[in-house]
Amino acid sequence: MTLLKLNNVTMRFGGLTAVDSFKLALKKGEILGLIGPNGAGKTTVFNMITGIYSPTKNSIYFRDENITGLKPDIIAKKGIARTFQNIRLLDNLTVLDNVMIGVHLHLKSSLFSAILRLPGYVREEKSLYTKSINLLERVELGDFAYEKAGSLPYGKQRKLEIARALATNPELLLLDEPAAGMNPQESQELVNFIRQLRDQFNVTIFLIEHDMKVVMGLCERILVLDYGVTIAEGIPQEIQNNPEVIKAYLGVDVVNA
Amino acid sequence: MNKKKEQLLTLIFVILLAALIWLAQNYFDKYLIRILNLGFIYVILAVSLNLLFGFTGQFSLGHAGFMAIGAYTTSLLILPVSQKEMIYLIEPIIWPLSILEIPFIIALLLGGLFAAIAAILIGLPVLRLRGDYLGIATLGFAEIIRVIANNIPQVTNGALGLKGVPEYTNLWWSAGFAVVTVFVIKRLISSSYGRALMAIRENEIAAETIGVNLTYHKVMSFTISAFFAGIGGGLLASLLTTIDPRTFMMFLTFNVLIVVVIGGLGNLTGTIISAFLFNFTLEYLRPIENGFSLIFFSVPKIPGLRMVVFSIALLLVILFKQKGILGEFEFSWQRIAQIKNSLISRTSEGGEL
Ligand SMILES: Nc1ncnc2c1ncn2[C@@H]1O[C@H](COP(=O)(O)OP(=O)(O)OP(=O)(O)O)[C@@H](O)[C@H]1O
Ligand SMILES: [Mg+2]
Repeated sequence: MTLLKLNNVTMRFGGLTAVDSFKLALKKGEILGLIGPNGAGKTTVFNMITGIYSPTKNSIYFRDENITGLKPDIIAKKGIARTFQNIRLLDNLTVLDNVMIGVHLHLKSSLFSAILRLPGYVREEKSLYTKSINLLERVELGDFAYEKAGSLPYGKQRKLEIARALATNPELLLLDEPAAGMNPQESQELVNFIRQLRDQFNVTIFLIEHDMKVVMGLCERILVLDYGVTIAEGIPQEIQNNPEVIKAYLGVDVVNA
Repeated sequence: MNKKKEQLLTLIFVILLAALIWLAQNYFDKYLIRILNLGFIYVILAVSLNLLFGFTGQFSLGHAGFMAIGAYTTSLLILPVSQKEMIYLIEPIIWPLSILEIPFIIALLLGGLFAAIAAILIGLPVLRLRGDYLGIATLGFAEIIRVIANNIPQVTNGALGLKGVPEYTNLWWSAGFAVVTVFVIKRLISSSYGRALMAIRENEIAAETIGVNLTYHKVMSFTISAFFAGIGGGLLASLLTTIDPRTFMMFLTFNVLIVVVIGGLGNLTGTIISAFLFNFTLEYLRPIENGFSLIFFSVPKIPGLRMVVFSIALLLVILFKQKGILGEFEFSWQRIAQIKNSLISRTSEGGEL
């Protein structure tokens, strides 16, 4: 089943075409990678899917529903969650609060019953709390629940951002350079972690990554962007040996060289 | 500490507060009672502004405007009919205001309600935009309210203002509403909705990508803030007994803002202390405006010198204590128990040495 579909989506900023006729059909349950040199338009693709930008041309479908131009919070409610290239945690709040906010969108109690602490709200809040603590334990952040998010070491901040995204109970998880700034050992752990996520949380994963070890070790299929244009698509081996891709990355024409 | 014990402590605290208020209302001199009343009213104003500014991260300069709405609404609804006939010199007051006279509490709540409605009307279009337009929009709004108050004499009595507003505000009302305000806002910020507000303050983009509806939550915070500002304005009107458009100039918003910043953005305990500190200092510094002499030189009579003192205090807080006078400390029974325990363990450790 196709979970997410982009039909030749284009994003222009003034005269700059950041993403040009981007095509994608993401199958439920797969781990898809998006790679490409700096400024290729990868993050822009995520920003369009999550509603931060509205595409200049054409549409995005999630579970066969047109979500083009919807606001980010609505898209989150429909089941798409993401992390950011430059981590965006709620630094002054605790690790637990960061995750509990992720569950807020499922809250049914009204503001009124929240202020009066009516039984319905108290019950819901308790279940939010239990869910969040469980989630933190599953990602091995349970010991840090009451520390400020901003005080966590870098690797744990990345993990927390993923946990927060999972708290929204998404069907599709977008990860923007999850291994950025990690050492080889940490990124190997991350590969295992992400694979576990997919199986345990039953999410489809679409990730941007520069670390080739991570991409090749994790992704079942890879798309390559260069100057907003998709120049290759295929399984890891195909991509690794694709002359177009090597050229885009190394800036030389390997075939003719 | 368990919940039952905390509730018991809170109950004891409220009873003690009530006893103190009874004592103050009956035995303190009028001057002191007035300062305490102002203190409680400032608690209402500052805590409500802190909800918006400190907890939601939205900067507003319109508090005086919402206070004006509350103050005029309350005053017009509690002014005795005979008084209305007397003071409207420019143009007679319009019907049905001319014959209305309703209980104080209902008038106050209506004042809050009208302020809240005004907040929704401004908030919906402005808070939809990205960026900090609220400050500018609310500044304009507060000025517009003043201009309106000046120019519809058949309702507001224009520049002459309203005189002889019944003095219903006493410590029971002001402290009562202060307690309600703190209670509601404390409950709000420690709920899931409050977390959403703080998420907006911390990072708007992160907040909305995890499903926080920015416009809804911002408008909600703005509206609740305005509601209590309206109540505060109504209480103030019935304390001062005379209001006119000049009562609600920009400096009133600044006063509240000073209290919030000194008390600490996002710190309720600090804001409450700061509200009383501000009003007591303001009163007890009054003599310095009449001129005084230090050992080597004498300072002449300078009206407004007190505000200079506050501006310096504000500057010092901004420079050296960004989190306000209490820093990270926020009152809760749990916190008190922690401090007590650490004190006990420290003294017992000391005993062993
Ligand atoms: N809001 C914006 N306004 C103008 N230009 C933008 C905006 N966002 C992105 N761009 C431009 O679009 C192009 C693609 O940017 P994008 O962030 O998508 O690249 P990327 O592939 O994620 O790069 P990196 O690997 O460095 O993260 C860049 O040239 C960038 O400057
Ligand atoms: Mg990027």
